[in-house]
Amino acid sequence: MITVELAKLFRRPRTYVITGLLCALPFIVAVFLATTRVPPPPGQGGAFLSAVLSNGALYPAAAMALVMPVFLPVSVAVLAGDAVAGEATAGTLRYLLVRPVGRTRLLVAKLVSLVVFVLFAIVAVLVTAYVTGLALFGSEPSAGVALPADVTSLSGVTITPAGLALRMAGTVAYIVISMLSVAAIALFLSTVTDSGLGAAMGALAVLVTSQVLATLDAAAAVRPYLPTRYWLAWIDFFRDPVLWRDIERGAGIQLVYLGALLLAAWAAFVTRDVAN
Amino acid sequence: MTTKRTEERIGPEEQAEARIKAPKQQRSKAAKEQSSKGAGAKEHSATDRAGRKGPSGEKGKSEPREHSLIVTRGLTKRYGRITAVDGVGLEVREGDRYGLLGPNGSGKTTLVRMLLGLVFATRGEIEVLGRPVPSRVREVLPQIGAMVEGPGAYGHLSGRTNLKLFDAAGPGGGRRDRMRRVDAALERVGLAGVDRRPVRAYSLGMRQRLGLAGALLRKPRLLVLDEPTNGLDPRGIREVRDLLTELNAEGTTVLLSSHLLGEINAFCTRVGVMDRGRLVLQDDLAGLRRPTGRVLVSTPAPERAVALLDGRVETRDGTTIGVRHADAAALNSELVAAGIPVTEITVERRSLEQVVLDVTSTSSDRVDA
Repeated sequence: MITVELAKLFRRPRTYVITGLLCALPFIVAVFLATTRVPPPPGQGGAFLSAVLSNGALYPAAAMALVMPVFLPVSVAVLAGDAVAGEATAGTLRYLLVRPVGRTRLLVAKLVSLVVFVLFAIVAVLVTAYVTGLALFGSEPSAGVALPADVTSLSGVTITPAGLALRMAGTVAYIVISMLSVAAIALFLSTVTDSGLGAAMGALAVLVTSQVLATLDAAAAVRPYLPTRYWLAWIDFFRDPVLWRDIERGAGIQLVYLGALLLAAWAAFVTRDVAN
Repeated sequence: MTTKRTEERIGPEEQAEARIKAPKQQRSKAAKEQSSKGAGAKEHSATDRAGRKGPSGEKGKSEPREHSLIVTRGLTKRYGRITAVDGVGLEVREGDRYGLLGPNGSGKTTLVRMLLGLVFATRGEIEVLGRPVPSRVREVLPQIGAMVEGPGAYGHLSGRTNLKLFDAAGPGGGRRDRMRRVDAALERVGLAGVDRRPVRAYSLGMRQRLGLAGALLRKPRLLVLDEPTNGLDPRGIREVRDLLTELNAEGTTVLLSSHLLGEINAFCTRVGVMDRGRLVLQDDLAGLRRPTGRVLVSTPAPERAVALLDGRVETRDGTTIGVRHADAAALNSELVAAGIPVTEITVERRSLEQVVLDVTSTSSDRVDA
């Protein structure tokens, strides 16, 4: 069933359209930056954006900071929201279940295919951003990569390209976990409604609410438990030394949300009447 | 029927045996019905016996449910305050061509979905191929081909790719044979020449055929088809009926649900009628369509015929009169002897339509003030 889900994912034009759009955003930003060479003022604009002007090798990290807060979660919510509800609307859900494919198995296959999509999209963004960065901003000599001053507490610290790759890998892992909890919200809603759009909308409503509350001082009491509170904690991978506190907390919260929502999705799906 | 007995019966040998036996029984049953045609009043009892003699009857076993593929008891489904299915006791026997008849909204689809484990019953028991549903439905689903409320396919993929994915999604069958299975199923439903066009470009009839191909992919022992001829033209409907007849002769039991009387009448040997969630009637078609005891005579001289037969004429419709008479042949000679020309003479039978109208209430989609 997992191979079937993957075949469906990669045979579907929308997978490539969404990934293409995700890759296009950092590319467009890079073109503007490269032509004007106007860096965003410190503390504003995307993270790393002023640093990439001097070193294109950091652009993948900048690209992540660009797609992470809005674009990537939206695409994950759309795909995950459609996962079960889309099958129900197309009338294929009942045929899969009668085939028979166990409900738990179907849900697991959907989740695996979402993980693969997130990885695929992130890798695509990283690769295009790396190529764009090197082509438009050039690279520093191979001596090492200077960590950008606007995120590192110690400016001018350099790390080896291998070190950079390792930190990027950590970043990817962290983002995948964060996106999976988005997927879990949408997947849960997808099992209780037959409207993929509704499920995606519901998941986005949760995220937007969380983002708003995260900046609201009056909501400080709940802030540590908001799903989006630590979303940008991966930037700490680019500090020297790596600041683990927020990363650990963020990953912990995401895993709790992920577990609870997947359990809810499973419970909702195995007891549900498929009667659309 | 105890669960244990049924389970014993479902072993591979018995299955194979059942498959081989079913067509023979079907033929002998058909032959009996054939031979009893036109035999006048005795016909009813003869047909009834033949009709009621299920596959188990021929084996000399007294338990009539021995070869039941689907049995439900007191099956009820409520959605909130609406009762969609109400205390249904369905019984489909091996080799049956069972027609589930009922207007839209009478609960047919919900019933079919419960049989397949898609919808969970509020109350009651279901046993399909000897296994309780939904708890062990996955053990029997591989032997069931189903089409429920219209075909479902991924619109952006071709019909062939759809079938391949569908085949790969479930258990059983090797990757190597997949192409052959898919091609064989497409061939059977008349889509052998289908090209790489995506399904969204298919006509409704083509989609319907594709759905049927999906149901046939695994050479099922039981076919459950909900409105399979929806969207097909008259020729397509005929083709599907011929295909189902062929499959049934090969031993496949068919449960067909439809709101079209003609479709059930033309194909089925056994009928269940649903009305507002209840199964109001379940019987062999031959038994339902028993003679009314009248003989219909068409004659250019109806007045003379009425005069001759006096009080025995019960109905009159233009030149056709309905005569209470036990023997059509005797009536014919009587009329001819009196010099009354007869253009047509036939034993009147209850029509399925009349049967259905008798047992159902008002049309379910009618909304009166």
